[in-house]
Amino acid sequence: MTPLSSRLQRYIPSGRSLVIGGPYLWLALFFLVPFLLVVKISFAEQQLGVPPYTELAQLQDGMVHINLQLGHYTFLLSDSLYFATYLSSLQMAAVSTLLCLLIGYPMAYYIARSNPATRNMLMMAVMLPFWTSFLIRVYAWIGILKNNGLLNQFLMWAHLVRTPLELYHTNTAVYIGMVYSYLPFLVMPLYAHLVKMDLSLLEAAYDLGARPWKVFCQITLPLSRNGIIAGCLLVFIPAVGEYVIPELLGGSDTLMIGRVMWDEFFNNADWPMASAVTCAMVLLLLVPMALFQHYQAKEFEQ
Amino acid sequence: MNAAQAQALHHASTAPDADAFVRIVDVVKKFGEATAVAGVNLSVARNELFALLGSSGCGKSTLLRMLAGFEEVTSGRIIIDGEDMAALPPYKRPVNMMFQSYALFPHMSVAANIAFGLKQEKIGPREIDERVADVLELVQMSKYARRKPYQLSGGQQQRVALARSLVKRPKLLLLDEPMSALDKQIRQRTQIELVNILDKVGVTCMMVTHDQEEAMTMATRLAVMSEGRIVQLGTPHEVYEYPNTRFSAAFIGSTNLFDGNVSVDNPDHIYVECAALPQPVFISHGITGPLGMPVTLSIRPERVRLTRTAPDNTPNQAPGKVCNIAYMGSYTLYHVQLASGKNVMANVSTLAFDNVDPPSYDEEVFVSWAPDAVTVLTK
Amino acid sequence: MIKPNKKLQVGTLAVGFFFLYAPILSLIVYSFNDSQLVTIWSKVSLRWYYALAQDDELINAAWLSLKIGLLTAFASVAIGTWAGFVLARMGRFRGFTLYSAMINAPLVIPEVIQGISLLLLFVEMGKVLGWPAERGVFTIWIGHVMLCVSYVAIIVQSRIRELDTALEDAAMDLGATPLRVFFVITLPLISQALISGWLLSFTLSIDDLVLSAFLSGPGSTTLPLVVFSRVRLGLNPEMNALATIFIGLVTVGVIAANFFMQRAEARRAMPAS
Repeated sequence: MTPLSSRLQRYIPSGRSLVIGGPYLWLALFFLVPFLLVVKISFAEQQLGVPPYTELAQLQDGMVHINLQLGHYTFLLSDSLYFATYLSSLQMAAVSTLLCLLIGYPMAYYIARSNPATRNMLMMAVMLPFWTSFLIRVYAWIGILKNNGLLNQFLMWAHLVRTPLELYHTNTAVYIGMVYSYLPFLVMPLYAHLVKMDLSLLEAAYDLGARPWKVFCQITLPLSRNGIIAGCLLVFIPAVGEYVIPELLGGSDTLMIGRVMWDEFFNNADWPMASAVTCAMVLLLLVPMALFQHYQAKEFEQ
Repeated sequence: MNAAQAQALHHASTAPDADAFVRIVDVVKKFGEATAVAGVNLSVARNELFALLGSSGCGKSTLLRMLAGFEEVTSGRIIIDGEDMAALPPYKRPVNMMFQSYALFPHMSVAANIAFGLKQEKIGPREIDERVADVLELVQMSKYARRKPYQLSGGQQQRVALARSLVKRPKLLLLDEPMSALDKQIRQRTQIELVNILDKVGVTCMMVTHDQEEAMTMATRLAVMSEGRIVQLGTPHEVYEYPNTRFSAAFIGSTNLFDGNVSVDNPDHIYVECAALPQPVFISHGITGPLGMPVTLSIRPERVRLTRTAPDNTPNQAPGKVCNIAYMGSYTLYHVQLASGKNVMANVSTLAFDNVDPPSYDEEVFVSWAPDAVTVLTK
Repeated sequence: MIKPNKKLQVGTLAVGFFFLYAPILSLIVYSFNDSQLVTIWSKVSLRWYYALAQDDELINAAWLSLKIGLLTAFASVAIGTWAGFVLARMGRFRGFTLYSAMINAPLVIPEVIQGISLLLLFVEMGKVLGWPAERGVFTIWIGHVMLCVSYVAIIVQSRIRELDTALEDAAMDLGATPLRVFFVITLPLISQALISGWLLSFTLSIDDLVLSAFLSGPGSTTLPLVVFSRVRLGLNPEMNALATIFIGLVTVGVIAANFFMQRAEARRAMPAS
């Protein structure tokens, strides 16, 4: 055997690129290329027919004509309603994330500090709603939040309110729905970080004379920082583009970018405009996504 | 044999012997910029148990992984029984390894673990069963054939791992830190058992360890490695009694080192002037080197004598004060501080105290040693 | 161990779990309500379960979802395991950052983005290659697999990272080729991760609304699409009955899965004798 062929024969080089290439190709074809197409079509124009958008480049009389429609983007930037939608999406997502954290952190903390047998049971209980249908869980809130729903029935029975609270079809309902749906996504990574924390660190802090509240602020909180960031991003990023919850629980004045994009696509059949809105959404999420990738990559390298 | 002879022997044995069973020739391994193995030459005879000894990061494990084929050599050659290994991936090499963690497949029984290697060859099921039974018998684990690895104790797991690496009758068996996963109490017994089994089978062995006692107990020859190079090579006795460098003197066992210069150079004796000692050290053999050459003297603690009065049978002595006493059972380790501030260790056999009151803290004592108890190190 | 304040702990967890479970319990309770008005209690009845059994549109959609769910689960585990293996065992190859980004992104990226981009891919493919001619089960399947591969890859890579590399080295040392090592050693050792990944993919697929909305065509209406079109109009007692069945199945499934995993764990922890 010559040195060259023997080197080729070695188990890594030839097989290795094949092994990497397989999933790489899959991801490129079904993730990267589609997204580039969205960018491309955001520069096309709406037309009647199949597909309902124009070609960017056309060959006419031996000349390549390139038509880039920039109108969608100028419209996205100049229209005040769109601007309000971006802000509102970010705000709704940010408030929901914060509420999730306020509810999720104590839950994750106390579950992680329970004894091991209870711990697993409780985590299973947190996960169980996540395994049931997302749509059904959002639907459940309609029955609770309606004017004659369970919550108002209870409040009136307890004489806490005289007239039913307006909740259904308001932003408040959307917040409740978002927190409810995304809570497990925050509790899971937080729990994972809190449960593997070395408890002797806390004992050492107590031993050195720190008060419980100080121990929490100076030891537990900093050590669960990556869990907090991961969990918040897992809630915030999808929440910005959420469609189902504002559609089912929100009112017609609940402005969310995912909903706008859906309407452009399905109701107005304006695919190029929907693509442009999608690009805007991606731009909006670029920084949080890069952060998320950064923290995930750190986990991979551990 | 004196130090010079030991030196000569060392040189003779580093040059790879063309007839040796395993030959490692000028092997270099680089990971990017870092050099893990920097030009190693070694030869191992058939049925020898050879140990690579060194602290972590010295390149010994990398060398072992190159023998197994898990790492490619950057340059150099590895030849086993006349066959160059370069072209062979690990699964085609006539080499088997017993892993530090044992690496027993947790989802397979003991018997299936041992049969695994045989199943990769075209061997009939009956022969596989026979060979598995034989090797289980050899390591006295026949009763446990159906157990899963997690149902075995550490020592039993080790024997299964040994059986699994022996059953394919490899030309070279690699042992990676074979005792490190065992409790200290059972190590010594296991070392002897392991050597007995390997003797019975008659296999060429290369083991890697950071534990010098383990290497000395088990190996027929050993190589001390440091920073990717072999520092010294020889039998355990040679390496312990005639260390050739400060590094191997300090790494194998403990020792007292004194820096000095040769002040009198005669063919049959020399004197070495040391700053830490009150008078020149008399050494009863000659060395090759010029007058005034800087040298280091190594004196093993068990060769240092401790007396209350100045001894008259050797010029090599110094007064000092006992500053630390560690009772070790069969001997007591004394630390004596000399006037120069230098600490000298002396092992005193417990038997020596049968009729004498042992020296205690802050007592004035003398340390001394015989002219032939000193090894002169030139590097 | 230092124990947290017991009262605070129990209180917090009680409030948290009440929030998580009250809506689900209300769904279940009112599924047995006879009244057409979901939130006004009249009397116990199985009326809406009978209605459900007669609802062909819903049942057909459920079968389709089940079929797509099974296909998705198998395909995602196959591709996701491969992808996760590359993530865990191939080191930092060229393009690693892009690769890991492409695996991570689907975990968080809003589904509407993935929906429209995959749709445009299929439309362009149809135009250029003439295939797929129209959207349907196949395109939904690809979309779901795309989503689930990321989840499986993440689960698998973290499990593989926990494995002692010496096990794979040992198998190769004993003469197994790399491909055999993967199938005979690596795969059996990560089987629990594969089961988790399978179940997660199946659930995500059955549950998915947004991707399916973009990728479905005539005659390929999945269960969430039907449910969505109905609950959009408000409350519907039949949906309560459906939800109850769904929750029942999932609860039994999760508890059973947990039971088997704990038993496997316990068997592993059996002391040496």
